Amino acid sequence: MDILWAGGSALTAREVGRLIADRDLAPTTVMTVLDRLTRKGFLERTRDGRAWRYQPAESRDAYIAELMLEALDLTGDRSAALTRFAQAVSGPEAEILRRALTELEEE
Amino acid sequence: MITAVVLAALATACAVGSWRFTTAAWTSRAPRLAIIVWQSLGVAWGLATTGAMLAYAVQPYGMGVLPGLTAFIQGERPAQAWDALHVLALIAGLTSLTVLVAVLLTAGVQALRARRRHRMLLALIARDDPGVPGVRVLDHPGAAAYCVPGLRSQVVVSEGALKLLSEDELAAVLAHEAAHVRERHDLVLLPFAALRRAMPWSKVVADAQAQVELLIEMAADDRARRYCSPRRLATALLRFGTAGAMPTPHGMLGMHAQNVMARVDRLIKPGPELATPVRYAYIALSVSLVTSTPFLWVFQL
Repeated sequence: MDILWAGGSALTAREVGRLIADRDLAPTTVMTVLDRLTRKGFLERTRDGRAWRYQPAESRDAYIAELMLEALDLTGDRSAALTRFAQAVSGPEAEILRRALTELEEE
Repeated sequence: MITAVVLAALATACAVGSWRFTTAAWTSRAPRLAIIVWQSLGVAWGLATTGAMLAYAVQPYGMGVLPGLTAFIQGERPAQAWDALHVLALIAGLTSLTVLVAVLLTAGVQALRARRRHRMLLALIARDDPGVPGVRVLDHPGAAAYCVPGLRSQVVVSEGALKLLSEDELAAVLAHEAAHVRERHDLVLLPFAALRRAMPWSKVVADAQAQVELLIEMAADDRARRYCSPRRLATALLRFGTAGAMPTPHGMLGMHAQNVMARVDRLIKPGPELATPVRYAYIALSVSLVTSTPFLWVFQL
């Protein structure tokens, strides 16, 4: 996935396999993984002659943003899928917390 | 008839009790006990409300709710003839029971799906950091620390949180998340979140969910403080609260500051333990709520 994100253009399974040079992977393994990711919707593929060209469905940053929105419970549906440490606060309320923090640190 | 009346009375008592309980002051002193009371109130309310309708509905059979329903499903003819009111009660009772069960199941499936996708994405995006073994790190400047619950729970921390917190504070946050994992707080939260989705107009349900959310955080704080300094946990909380992690799309952060302060206060100055007799009284209340409603489903008074 990192390779596809870094590549910027759509790659074929063979090209991806060549780029994962540090690990000796069978071409079929690479193809299976790419196929799986496509079926899960993380990759899109287009026909190019006899091979498929793969590219990420979304940019890496978009996925990170999705995870963060869920993590901070900003998706709006207060889902119970995750348990979070604490929520951020804005405006004058943040000021109250900031003051409490300085007090605690001074003690 | 008596069964139906008793169940209806129980349902009302649970509703009123929940409403009163949303403002109870002692809950922060014994969050685990309060969670148990909430759960038993919820279970008893659900069973009593549906049970009252069904008990009235199967009255022509002259049996309890469950035996009556079984007889109905098996197509037996009741001793007395059906009339419109009993049929109406039967429809209402079965509908609300189905809705309750369906809502719970959907919420569970949805949470599982959201988690699976979240886990897949984490596997693709998150990295391991030698500084925090066993924790997935997300490259984002905002501050976030959370856990994806499940059979193999994952604790995730954002790059921003790593920068924000000192080493001790990070340890405290991780201890807090580990407590969530250990006590499976997601399972506690799930039915309340589901109920809220089923009854978005009910203020009591919304308050109850908010209360339970806060209580599980307090329970996790309590467990975490056994392994780390409560003061560090408190400063970590405040740092998170003021980090302004991301621009907030909705104006829905109103009560979070209160919650953060409530948690900080009890970490710094823990309140006195709840008196033992009071503890036992609440445990007895929960036990009797949870046992009496199924009893009334099976036997007729």
